[in-house]
Amino acid sequence: MKQRSRLEKVLSAGKFAVTAELGPPQNADPDVIKKKSQYCLGNVDGANITDNQTAIVRMSSIAAGAIAISCGLEPVVQMVCRDRNRIAMQSDILGAAALGVKNLLCLSGDHQKFGNHPQSNNVFDIDSVQLIAMVKKMRDEKQFLSGDPIKEHEPRLFIGAVENPFADPFEFRVIRLAKKIEAGADFIQTQCVFDVDKFARWMELVVKAGLHEKVYILAGLTPVRSERALKYMKAEVAGMSIPDELISRMEAAGDKEEKKEEGIKICLEMIEKVKNMEGVAGIHLMPIGWESITPVILERAGLLPRPEV
Amino acid sequence: MIVGDRKPLEEILNSIKDYKKIMLMGCGGCVTVCFSGGAKAVGLLASQIKMARKKQGRDIEIIECTPERQCEYEFIDALKKDIESVEAVLSIACGVGVQTMNERHPRTITIPGLNTKFMGYPVEHGFWEERCAGCGDCVLEWTGGICPIARCAKKLLNGPCGGSSDGKCEVDKDTDCVWQLIYDRLKSLNKLDNLTVVREAKDWRTSTNAGQRKIKFEEAML
Ligand code: SF4
Ligand code: SF4
Repeated sequence: MKQRSRLEKVLSAGKFAVTAELGPPQNADPDVIKKKSQYCLGNVDGANITDNQTAIVRMSSIAAGAIAISCGLEPVVQMVCRDRNRIAMQSDILGAAALGVKNLLCLSGDHQKFGNHPQSNNVFDIDSVQLIAMVKKMRDEKQFLSGDPIKEHEPRLFIGAVENPFADPFEFRVIRLAKKIEAGADFIQTQCVFDVDKFARWMELVVKAGLHEKVYILAGLTPVRSERALKYMKAEVAGMSIPDELISRMEAAGDKEEKKEEGIKICLEMIEKVKNMEGVAGIHLMPIGWESITPVILERAGLLPRPEV
Repeated sequence: MIVGDRKPLEEILNSIKDYKKIMLMGCGGCVTVCFSGGAKAVGLLASQIKMARKKQGRDIEIIECTPERQCEYEFIDALKKDIESVEAVLSIACGVGVQTMNERHPRTITIPGLNTKFMGYPVEHGFWEERCAGCGDCVLEWTGGICPIARCAKKLLNGPCGGSSDGKCEVDKDTDCVWQLIYDRLKSLNKLDNLTVVREAKDWRTSTNAGQRKIKFEEAML
């Protein structure tokens, strides 16, 4: 494939990849993206730009991705199925590729109930598996979903998908991963791993099914600054598995600074663990509201500097 | 069956505030079975309206009736005389009944007194759940007889989203994740293979997207 993304090059060279999340602002200020880009620049192989995450209106992921590109960063633009039908999505895929986007991550999207416009009508014209297949069709078969040809300049995108090893039914999660691979996913980023044992069990099933040889799997990791975030996720966010032991470790950590340090330590331990698991090709950092910690964690984990590719 | 829920009394009173003589029409079909629009519901609503209007010092005359089905000419035509004797008809049939009345009796306005909710059935006495969204191209054959269009908040066709947890839907902890139900049913039928196939994007033209839908049954046409 011509025009390969940095992320694809790193992964295909067999190097341990690093991506991190960059949330667009709830306003029209490009400087927010520019500032957050600095935490990622040179430190990651791709920066995920979320698409109206938790159904809260934010700057468009494609627009924010274009700003990130202007800063020298390679975005992984996220696209959810909640807000657009197949016409708008294909149009945006062409637009994103034209702006220089090389990685696209396909998701169903959080339900609008969780956001700031619960009254809205959702779309879900296609689901995430169908979105993956559509992007692949545009790229490899040079066709729109309808079968109409894309005569030239088809979008060259490295196709990503997500999987949540902690949602139910547990056994189905591997079947679903296989479907996403069959549909055309090149890489997978997982939901935040807090329950390393459960993640290891899922990875075992993935490896047993041979799926790790067909797709690059990046383990999602979220550093936390206090036990509050953990407790909140445990109680409020569906499909999360958070061991009590982690909560008590954070509780025991003392003052604010010590808690931050403990959060970093936990994250570093997890990086070490997932790094040694068969089939894990990299990590995806999601420091929710704490983007400045990205370079610190990566430095201490020995993941810097990033390899030349 | 079609399941409906009576509109709040305030809203109903407001919609008939200009009239002194109305007909309150129920329906003997689905809405009778779900208690929201049958003869009993008509009687109850009529006395509530009369009481409220009496309090306002503006009495109202109400003709009560509940045809066998409000959505067929034959049954509503029998009431023609009464319909034409009132200023308005307040209907507590489903939206189909209300429209049948408005089309068949254009000189009289028929106002809805019921919110038509969904197609479903009583899973227990007095408790209805949605089962079908009338998508026009049924997939129950490979989903173990359980509908992901009507019952999944994202209409997913390739399995559960990442929010399915302990059998419940991320959108509402009191609602089963339909994909958990589908998975369990297919597992028990030894048909999990149905779920390994990548299901292609659905053709929504059979649904409400192509405008009004019609069905012709030649043999039955006069
Ligand atoms: S698949 Fe369509 S027709 Fe079949 S039950 Fe569901 S909504 Fe109704
Ligand atoms: S939790 Fe289950 S029913 Fe709810 S939106 Fe996700 S897949 Fe659909």
